[in-house]
Amino acid sequence: MTTEVGSETEVKKDAEQVGPDKAKGKPEEASETPGNDKSRKASSEETQDSPVPAPTSPSSPSSQKKEKDSSESKGISRFLPPWLKKQKSYTLAEPKDESKKRATGEEQVAEESESHPSEGMAQPKRSLETVAENNAKADDKEEKHSVSSAETQPAKEDGKEMEVEKVTEEKEEKEKRETKEVQTAESIPQKPPKKIKTVQCKVVLLDGTEYSCDLEKKAKGQILFDKVCEHLNLLEKDYFGLLFYENSDQKNWLDSSKEIKRQIRSLPWLFTFNVKFYPPDPSQLTEDITRYFLCLQLRQDIASGRLPCSFVTHALLGSYTLQAEMGDHDPDEHRSDYISDFQFAPNQTQEMEEKVAELHKTHRGLTPAQADSQFLENAKRLSMYGVDLHHAKDSEGVDIMLGVCANGLLIYKDRLRINRFAWPKILKISYKRSNFYIKVRPAELEQFESTIGFKLPNHRAAKRLWKVCVEHHTFFRLLSPEQPPKSKFLTLGSKFRYSGRTQAQTRQASNLIDRPAPYFERSSSKRVSRSLDGAPMSISDQSLLRDFRTRGQPGGDKIIDLAAAGEAKLKEGGREDDGSPLKTPQLELIQDGKKKGDHIFQVKTLPGKEKQWTAMPSIAGTKPEETDKKHASRAEGPCTEVSNADKSSHETLDIVEEKKQAEVGIEETLVIDETNKGKIQVATDAGETCKVEHLPKKDSSSLPSDSSSSSSSESEDEEVGEYQPHHRAVEEVIREEQEEEEDVKRKEHEEKIQHVEATLEVSQLTVPAECTQVAAEDLVQENATAIPTEEKNLSEEIKQDLGEEKEEEQLKLNGDVSHVDTDVSPQIICCSEPPVVKTEMVTISDATQRTEISTKEVPIVQTETKTITYESPQFDGSAGGGAGVLLSAQTITSESISTTTTTHITKMVKGGVSETRIEKRIVITGDADIDHDEALAQAIKEAKEQHPDMSVTRVVVHKETELAEEDED
Amino acid sequence: MGRGRAAGGALSAAGAGGGGSRAEPGRSDPPASPRSMAGLGGGPAAFGRCTHAVVRALPESLCRQALRSTAGPEVDFARAEREHQLYVGVLRGKLGLQVLELPADESLPDCVFVEDAAVVCEETALLTRPGAPSRRKEVEAMKRVLESLNLNMVEMVDENATLDGGDVLFTGREFFVGLSKRTNQRGAEILADTFKDYAVSTVPVHDSLHLKSFCSMAGPNLIAIGSSEAAQKALKTMQQMSDHRYDKLTVPDDAAANCIYLNIPSKGHVLLHRAPEEYPESAKVFEKLKDHMLIPIANTELEKVDGALTCCSVLINKTSEL
Repeated sequence: MTTEVGSETEVKKDAEQVGPDKAKGKPEEASETPGNDKSRKASSEETQDSPVPAPTSPSSPSSQKKEKDSSESKGISRFLPPWLKKQKSYTLAEPKDESKKRATGEEQVAEESESHPSEGMAQPKRSLETVAENNAKADDKEEKHSVSSAETQPAKEDGKEMEVEKVTEEKEEKEKRETKEVQTAESIPQKPPKKIKTVQCKVVLLDGTEYSCDLEKKAKGQILFDKVCEHLNLLEKDYFGLLFYENSDQKNWLDSSKEIKRQIRSLPWLFTFNVKFYPPDPSQLTEDITRYFLCLQLRQDIASGRLPCSFVTHALLGSYTLQAEMGDHDPDEHRSDYISDFQFAPNQTQEMEEKVAELHKTHRGLTPAQADSQFLENAKRLSMYGVDLHHAKDSEGVDIMLGVCANGLLIYKDRLRINRFAWPKILKISYKRSNFYIKVRPAELEQFESTIGFKLPNHRAAKRLWKVCVEHHTFFRLLSPEQPPKSKFLTLGSKFRYSGRTQAQTRQASNLIDRPAPYFERSSSKRVSRSLDGAPMSISDQSLLRDFRTRGQPGGDKIIDLAAAGEAKLKEGGREDDGSPLKTPQLELIQDGKKKGDHIFQVKTLPGKEKQWTAMPSIAGTKPEETDKKHASRAEGPCTEVSNADKSSHETLDIVEEKKQAEVGIEETLVIDETNKGKIQVATDAGETCKVEHLPKKDSSSLPSDSSSSSSSESEDEEVGEYQPHHRAVEEVIREEQEEEEDVKRKEHEEKIQHVEATLEVSQLTVPAECTQVAAEDLVQENATAIPTEEKNLSEEIKQDLGEEKEEEQLKLNGDVSHVDTDVSPQIICCSEPPVVKTEMVTISDATQRTEISTKEVPIVQTETKTITYESPQFDGSAGGGAGVLLSAQTITSESISTTTTTHITKMVKGGVSETRIEKRIVITGDADIDHDEALAQAIKEAKEQHPDMSVTRVVVHKETELAEEDED
Repeated sequence: MGRGRAAGGALSAAGAGGGGSRAEPGRSDPPASPRSMAGLGGGPAAFGRCTHAVVRALPESLCRQALRSTAGPEVDFARAEREHQLYVGVLRGKLGLQVLELPADESLPDCVFVEDAAVVCEETALLTRPGAPSRRKEVEAMKRVLESLNLNMVEMVDENATLDGGDVLFTGREFFVGLSKRTNQRGAEILADTFKDYAVSTVPVHDSLHLKSFCSMAGPNLIAIGSSEAAQKALKTMQQMSDHRYDKLTVPDDAAANCIYLNIPSKGHVLLHRAPEEYPESAKVFEKLKDHMLIPIANTELEKVDGALTCCSVLINKTSEL
């Protein structure tokens, strides 16, 4: 198993180090004694399990490292492509250290052993295998990393551990993705399964009970949601969703299409199961059980004051609740006080209870299902039924509420509806920072569309509102008779879209439900009401509501003589006001702290580039008209998931453009990531990206491949989002504020970073450098080998840069490149000293989410954060089938002492449009001995000379300091 | 002043055709439910149901002292009384409502326009704080009579709030409140807090005294609207604010657009509208309403002091026995 490929040898080495484990997987090796003759060993291996004739078995565990290395590399060399060879030698340099560092190698070994057989079988495609192996190896590393972190720091604080683990998870995931890509492209054996980490989730159900389950850490929201619905025996589940409260007092809907851990950032994972889309006509629901859950939700809404009712309505609805849960009124059994256990209203009075009792008597004969139906028929007419309220201010700073409902957007001032924008009237919905905008169709006699802006408390609130609008519009409006399915909305900054079924679809699906009405037990709302009464949550709920009332309605209610009528005093407050136990002021902290922790600053590395940028149509902020066009052309977008069928090439293009923008936002930013990885990335605009990386010994994450590491969490945080409900491509989107947007993005990044760094500070310690180095080399290798896999990412980047130029193929670089398809073996020079300057900061452009062995801590997180911005959309796109077809890809690498220049030329066909993208990456690695600035300048200069019209899109500097795991605690 | 009736239709659950179980309670004090039975048309179908009407005799001081937006011919008190008696007679005799008639108060020249003093919807009554200070005391008598009907009472005590019932249009589904010289935002807010079940939207009113000076409900889903620019503009506002689509009945004369719709069990749709002698063109429009029992009522004298048909009564649908 172990013999053939270079990378494998390394793997084997790992195994060897572990000794006993190795014995499990590789008996033949176990039998060998240290210092055995290599050839003998090799031969034995060969005969036993490896079809490969190579005498390249790794040296025995006890053999000296150097000897082993040299011999191995020699032995393997003939089977390896030159670039691999070189890398191999690098890799070989460290394994011991790595393994040393590794607390446990068991998992890894297991994985390796699994991966080996496939290798053996796939011999003809050796190089491909190598790729796969590399990936696998990377995964192993991941595993190691996570394992070690978990083991070494068992006592770690929850949050922090979460962070770390998350990071590793992410990296793993990324690796996995790469592997997958390789496989699809080249049909390579599967990546070995990994040990699955689970997290416990708790979901508070509508009847007040708690459902808990263990979820794989990287599970998507859908998995949990499906589990819950299964637990509830609920089929018509599209009306429901999971809520969590985090870092703010506002609720967030768990996005089913994204990983949970990317959405909820703290432990424990606590959710509530709630109605997300209130069906306007509950009688159209197919199953009683669905109506039952809707009733439970409404009872909560009513009892908490979120859904305001008059006294009489409280009484009527309460009486139906009684009928549903207790059956016919029984004068003997039901004494006068039987009602007191229920809560029908926020302020329940004796008078109300009497009225409820009276009404209850009139419902005799109603079955529970009928009573529920009656309940819903009355509740649905309440004006605030299904209205999702958000605090905001109007343009004059007056407090208002924005209500999102099935029909559109409602504007309230205090309790008064002061305006209403039905979906058909709305042309565009967008948010920018903390502002939320709607562009509305011109009124009858008006000629111009108008854009109305609202100020939300913060950008998260703005985004949340925007998302809710997008979702409601999609759910209620799309694929409905009034709206042709082709109508799209689109997102710009945010890629968010509603991924579930629309109401129309769910109704169709419901029609197919063919099961006997499921039995379910109606739990008494007593329980609910009690919990509402007694639980802190409800208390805070109420107090919040009152708060809101006093705030929002100065001089308000006192005037009303409520006593006579026993009117419920609570005004409806925004739903956001629901007390959440998890409420924390963290958001503020993050925002405020932006500047504090980051070591990023913007560098005008290449003066004069700006002009080029302006000339480029794709550049954000510089040419509004251009971007307008772009946006206009982009009109089809997000809807794809909803209307599965008509995904067009447009869409992909749109996505591309999005990315481009994102990229633009970050251009010319120098990111110095002080904490642990040093990387300088210089990306040039004309499709070339020069990345200069300072690679401290260990920094595997700093490899250029970072671009591929996207994370879907990105969409969670962008500050801009647009959504055009209809008439794609018709209206011109004015985005004068684009620059601002980019700014915002930057800030966003900063926020994230900061977040990370807070954690980091704790753990800044020194780690044995070697371990990382191994990782780094592996990564390099992987990087080189995995080019095909990276292509998507690269092409994405290309697209970003090329924009409108797609049609013309930019091949200018070709001639200039010195080596084609030569080996990539970046020289990794360990530099212990942090590269470049750290100062103020602008943006963290991106980095990899990769976790290296050594860096399980925060730094990883940082990288992750950065990457998020651009990348994730890619993955989404490709995952969605929108990815283009890769025509060809070349990688050209040249190197000097401390600089590795990698040029990727990719041709892609997407939606019938072929694009060529040339990206150049310059990675400078080195330790203190190298003048990084100079190296960078030199590299840029060279690139400039080669391609005068290139521009630098990114400069990323990563400085890595050594961290010691043990000190993380 | 207050022109337009207060809460036009009280919606009763019982009336709406209770599908099934919840029959009209036969006991002595059955609670009223705000909505009708589920799925059977609900509130809107019960729109216009009415059992009681509160009216008030007109004082002689009206002729000289009643507030009026435009100077003009003096009110012929005798004729005004006759017209008013006819009006009350229709409500009581022809439609069978239980009419509660308050005595006139000479110190309150506008007291005949009871609509402005209270907004009644279902079982809840909001006692207003009329925009004209001279009219504030009108509320006292109204309070007493509504208390006698055992309604849930809410008083508008906020000194910053003003609301005339004439600015309140209840459509059966929602409220529109005209923001006029007599009604302010705060008054509308209090109304919204009083009738929590319903959306309350505000409509700017500039050129006329009240929102209902140029519109009213002429049917369960039908808004009668005047032809003036202001009226049409207000209608557009209302249409935009509403989730519901109303039919509209446009009449040439704004004043004629104020009519009274009732849903009387034995008579079906009933519409009290201005007489053809007053507004012949508008009367022709009303006459096209085939399903309605049309009752023309002259209102020539009170109109001189801005009075309209709805102004002179508060209609109440009391589903529970007293």
